[in-house]
Amino acid sequence: MEARLRNVLPDQELIRFYEQMFVSREFEERCAEQYTKGHITGFLHLYSGQEAVAVGATAGLHRDDYILSAYREHAQAIVRGVDPKRVMAELFGKATGVCKGKGGSMHLFDPKLNFMGGYAIVGGQFPISVGLAFAARYRGEDRISACFFGDGAVNQGTFHESLNWAQLWQLPVLFICENNYYGIGTEVHRSSALASIHKRTCGYDIPSEKVDGMDVIAVYRAVKYAAEKVRETGRPYFIEATTYRFRGHSMADPAKYRSAAENEMWRARDPLPNYAKGLIEEGIATREALADIEARCRAIVDEAVTFAEESPWPDDGAVWEDIYV
Amino acid sequence: MFEMTYRDALNLALKEEMRRDPSVFVLGEDVALYEGSFKVTRGLLAEFGEERVKDTPISENTIIGVSVGAAMGGLRPVAELMTVNFALLAMDQIVNHMAKIRSMFGGQTFLPMTIRMPGGGGSQLGAQHSQSLETYFMHCPGMYVLYPATPADARGLLKSAIRDNNPVIFLEHELLYNSKGEVPEDPEHIIPIGKADVKRLGDHVTIVAYARMTVLALQVAEELAGEGISCEVVDLRSLAPLDEETILESVRKTGRAVVVEECWRTCGLGGEITSRIYEHCFDLLKAPVERVSGLDVPMPYSRKIEKVCIPQPGTIRQAVTKVMTGKY
Ligand SMILES: Cc1ncc(C[n+]2csc(CCOP(=O)(O)OP(=O)(O)O)c2C)c(N)n1
Ligand SMILES: [Mg+2]
Repeated sequence: MEARLRNVLPDQELIRFYEQMFVSREFEERCAEQYTKGHITGFLHLYSGQEAVAVGATAGLHRDDYILSAYREHAQAIVRGVDPKRVMAELFGKATGVCKGKGGSMHLFDPKLNFMGGYAIVGGQFPISVGLAFAARYRGEDRISACFFGDGAVNQGTFHESLNWAQLWQLPVLFICENNYYGIGTEVHRSSALASIHKRTCGYDIPSEKVDGMDVIAVYRAVKYAAEKVRETGRPYFIEATTYRFRGHSMADPAKYRSAAENEMWRARDPLPNYAKGLIEEGIATREALADIEARCRAIVDEAVTFAEESPWPDDGAVWEDIYV
Repeated sequence: MFEMTYRDALNLALKEEMRRDPSVFVLGEDVALYEGSFKVTRGLLAEFGEERVKDTPISENTIIGVSVGAAMGGLRPVAELMTVNFALLAMDQIVNHMAKIRSMFGGQTFLPMTIRMPGGGGSQLGAQHSQSLETYFMHCPGMYVLYPATPADARGLLKSAIRDNNPVIFLEHELLYNSKGEVPEDPEHIIPIGKADVKRLGDHVTIVAYARMTVLALQVAEELAGEGISCEVVDLRSLAPLDEETILESVRKTGRAVVVEECWRTCGLGGEITSRIYEHCFDLLKAPVERVSGLDVPMPYSRKIEKVCIPQPGTIRQAVTKVMTGKY
């Protein structure tokens, strides 16, 4: 068997990918449980199935690079380093949450980690990413802006306006489309005249690439290459990562519009077990070592839930705070 | 009479109007195959087919622009914006185009179109998904703004909106979709645009409200009746045109008024209605008019503090007590 993983990165790093994917999955599945119990309310959009994109992409970026995303952003925040305890507390609406309980699931933010927000208006993050890239270049900072978004978002005016703008002003923006083939119940070919999303950048002369978003190494390699290009040229680049969400659009969606066969096909490509298999087959980790990691991840998420449960609610007076500087 | 939910009443109105007039068609994000994110368009695709029930890309400004063009071209579009919050992305087509076209072109064309939008807060959807933007639309001349509180009004008003030859913003409250009420069987039972409805008669104080605020006001009126305070509840239904006469008539009778709005207080519709009451009934008032409003803050997610930002029965009660006694 050809070695796909060995030597891409040191073993420790490769194992860390598994840990990050596992903690993300575990976090999401516990969120579902806490939602069912009524501890998490409002909209809850889970990322299960798409972990390879957040993990591979984040590893391909520098810590100083900005990350922006939509409302399905728990994993992107956690993988960047946001404390899972404070993310879970945010979802519970507690004062100890990353946004003091004011943001909720769709609006995580941690500027200390350059995680510049989850946005719930589809397409809202495009121009903001461009603006952050402009500020970085203006101030002579060595960082790029990575903008995550879904396949449904590419039909917003802001998508086209931002692609054009980033290229026109020559700004370091890396656009990362997580094509999970659906915007709520609408399959991509029913909303986009050109369903092959990465091809849309030709109108703006932005280089683009399509990558298997179920393969963490493929995503890592593509993003690392793209991020370096962006850094080197100071110009935008575009990646389309094809992936799948295993759950409905949100907890309110039973996802009846997808066939069982389609679900099974994608489940068979689940990025976690497939990657674990590779690690074991190439002798990078043993089954036991991975089991230890899994147990550790479960403990991290347990701790996050306990922390959220035990945290205090915000004071009523908090509604008047943090509106103006 | 049938008993049905607000959602089903809206659904029935859509079906009845589509059967009645082949130029009516529905478009919006996830309205066809998915049957609407609040399921108001359930069964439409099956009955009317793909030419009349159309899923669109996530392109709000263009959903409205295409509707404007289709209306100008002789159709009767009923667009759904998934929620009112996304109407902000379509404000250019709504305000700069839809509301202006007839007047700007000297009355040579008209736009018989309806834009449905669920809205309101109270479900912990956070700052970007919990807004009450009714005043934004009322502020702009050239279009009507409707916002029903009951299933019967929902059906009757939506039918009026679709039949009307003017552009209509049709708001639906997300927390009312499952509420039930009696709906007349007659498919020609339509509710006229521009007519408020006195939902409860009373003598001591007039509560002016709309949509979910009407439901809360009726609840408070019922409680206070047991305590000897008789509230009259005026449900606006039509925010533009505003039925000033029905409001004033009630206030002339009671001499006291409380205006309840879910939107932000500053420049909200409560301020507008209060000012009209002062303009016309100043001499008759026994107490200053009270306003109960959403707090002037971006909506927080946490349910503990979200409640604080939205009028509750308790806050309405306090306001009524204040106009009755001069103190809280
Ligand atoms: C401007 C705007 N329009 C509509 C919505 C409602 N909405 C939320 S998510 C979504 C689908 C987005 O799909 P996609 O971009 O593919 O992201 P995914 O959910 O698949 O991650 C829609 C229509 C919204 N939040 N904002
Ligand atoms: Mg998608």
